[in-house]
Amino acid sequence: MSSITDPPKANFRLSMLIYDTRYRSATIQIVALMGFMLLAAWLIGNAVENLNALGKTISFGFFHETAGYDINQRLLDYQSGDSHLRAALIGLLNTLVVALLGCVTATVVGVFVGVLRLSKNWIVAKIMTVYVEVFRNVPVLLWIALIFALVTESTPHPKTFRGLDTGAVVVTNRGTYLPEVLFSNSLGDISLFGQSALRFDVSLDLLAIVLVLAGGFFASFKLRKRADRIQEATGDRPTTWWQRLLVIFVPLGILLAVLGLHFGYPELKGFNFRGGTHLRNSLIALWLALSLYTAAYIAEIVRGGILAVSHGQSEAAGALGLRSGRIMNLVVLPQALRVIIPPMISNYLNLTKNSSLAIAVGYMDITGTLGGISMNQTGRELECVVLLMAVYLVISLSISASMNWYNNRVKLVER
Amino acid sequence: MKKSVILGALTFAGLAAGAAAAGTLDDVQSRGKLNCGVNAGLVGFATPDANGEWGGFDVAICRAVAAAVLDDANAVEFVPTTGKTRFTALASGEIDVLSRNTTWTFSRDVDLKFTFVGVNYYDGQGFLVPKELGVSSAKELDGATVCIQTGTTTELNLADFFRTNGISYEPVPIETEAEAQQQYLAGACDAYTTDASGLAATRAAFETPGDHVILPEIISKEPLGPLVRHGDDEWGDIVRWTLNAMIAAEELGVTSANLSEMAAGTDNPEIDRLLGTTGSLGEKLGLDATWAQRVLAVGGNYAEVFAKNIGEDTPIGLARGLNAQWTEGGLLYAPPFR
Repeated sequence: MSSITDPPKANFRLSMLIYDTRYRSATIQIVALMGFMLLAAWLIGNAVENLNALGKTISFGFFHETAGYDINQRLLDYQSGDSHLRAALIGLLNTLVVALLGCVTATVVGVFVGVLRLSKNWIVAKIMTVYVEVFRNVPVLLWIALIFALVTESTPHPKTFRGLDTGAVVVTNRGTYLPEVLFSNSLGDISLFGQSALRFDVSLDLLAIVLVLAGGFFASFKLRKRADRIQEATGDRPTTWWQRLLVIFVPLGILLAVLGLHFGYPELKGFNFRGGTHLRNSLIALWLALSLYTAAYIAEIVRGGILAVSHGQSEAAGALGLRSGRIMNLVVLPQALRVIIPPMISNYLNLTKNSSLAIAVGYMDITGTLGGISMNQTGRELECVVLLMAVYLVISLSISASMNWYNNRVKLVER
Repeated sequence: MKKSVILGALTFAGLAAGAAAAGTLDDVQSRGKLNCGVNAGLVGFATPDANGEWGGFDVAICRAVAAAVLDDANAVEFVPTTGKTRFTALASGEIDVLSRNTTWTFSRDVDLKFTFVGVNYYDGQGFLVPKELGVSSAKELDGATVCIQTGTTTELNLADFFRTNGISYEPVPIETEAEAQQQYLAGACDAYTTDASGLAATRAAFETPGDHVILPEIISKEPLGPLVRHGDDEWGDIVRWTLNAMIAAEELGVTSANLSEMAAGTDNPEIDRLLGTTGSLGEKLGLDATWAQRVLAVGGNYAEVFAKNIGEDTPIGLARGLNAQWTEGGLLYAPPFR
């Protein structure tokens, strides 16, 4: 038996980089990479040189200058005296809020429509087809503009509420006001990062509620495991649903009572309603338009996923005596998910990126603050756009990574 | 993927390279057209009429420069810009001059690297409110929703005004003038704020202008004027002295009506120098002797342009106010043509 020997290293000649198949592909790749890097370096150098000729050097110092403008929707405290960095952070949070709301709503609506499109009821199926085709085939910017015009033009002016002056839910042409959650014995906030641009207040009330809820769910999970064990040992499953509800809601109820939960209602004062949670029309329009538009795509993905599950599966489930609702929930959807998740990721990414159309309705997302007013007031186009791209890249990669993790969990494990 | 990155970078580098080139006058003359950035639509200042012909107070500057440089007031490519896009358009070389009611500020001049060649309208920021709101002063606007055009000095002045007076407001940022009108008329905001001249122009376009009032407070100084890029002083001089020629012509009594008569020669040496009858001011600008005659032949002097587009006999109905000649108590003061 002959053995394969290592290539004789002593005999290495430079020409082998081209003529020896062992090295050739690496050589070509390295040369191509070097060429690409040279080109990139030339382009960047050219841009820097031209900016210098214009008298503009690349600098991010403007971040610490005073922004000087106000932002209407702010999740953290912000005044016009804060820095551009703070303004960008407020914008980033607004982007994340609308992206999160949009993704959740689009998923719910999309799954619903996708399933109904397969309905045996002719009318229902056709209505859903019309919905999907209409939303999918019109640019999302037009939907945003249309829905914004609708919510602004068709809702009443705040002054029509004069005399009534308050209400739990108030719909006006400046937005919708909902009751806000208030605590009379609030635990206060923890301030992080002191007075810097990234300062952040964490509500201890919220933290306490999250902890109690998590504890409740953990206890509920343990109860289910125990019920599973008893069922496996004896064949009888103890009734646990009321215990499981109790361990979640009783501690939560006690906590809320201790904190002194009450609701703050919007009241008409001067020109506008004050108090309550204010959902501005810009947010509503952007949220609805992005969700309905993306939901049309998700519906098609869901429909495709369900159709991809072999018909034999539902027939087999039917033969076991399962009702159609349970067949869908227990047999078809879990298998369809494996087909649905990967294209779903790209739709979430699309929705997040489409949220940058927010400026069309004056919603102050990060494109509106960092890439809009800040860029305009400071004239730092290159810096702002590069940062903006980096921010969207990070958001998209994070969504992608978490969805891929979920996909790996649900996908069929094959050998 | 890689390819598109490279192409994108190339485009960017190309844009940047275009911006750095000097010699705007040569570029404009070889192109045969002046690229002029204007407002996308503000009655009286820059609007296209039914035939698509641009007209207005700011547009007149573009036409005057084109007449001086190209001997054709219609050789202008009007580029509509928004408050946000205007500076990028100018910095990148897409337009040669920006004449779009733009406020001359320190940071725009020094930090954004633009040269403001003068002031063609002295303005200040005001508030427009519906009469039925019953507000008589901007200080009564506590808690009001205010529509603002985003990307302007307006939103900074507004923030300062409300902060100094210790009152709150809800800003509604809006991209364009037209959208702002629609939002304001729909009642989505209680007040609309921009330069007082802009408010007058906006109000003139309403169906019932009488139902809206401009509040007395003027909360800022807004010297509006045409601007060019830093780095090409010869081109800046041409635009500056075109504007000055229009202002000086009013002071010297040269109008579009008596222009040909005056050009034949007068007993006022300054008029003769301005119109190129004597001296060689035009050649020094890199143009010819009769450049100012062509400027004035387009729409006349400053007073004529003002009266035709935004004056008291137009629906906009602006009084001269600060924009009168210095001899009449205003701020217009053209340096001597000498």
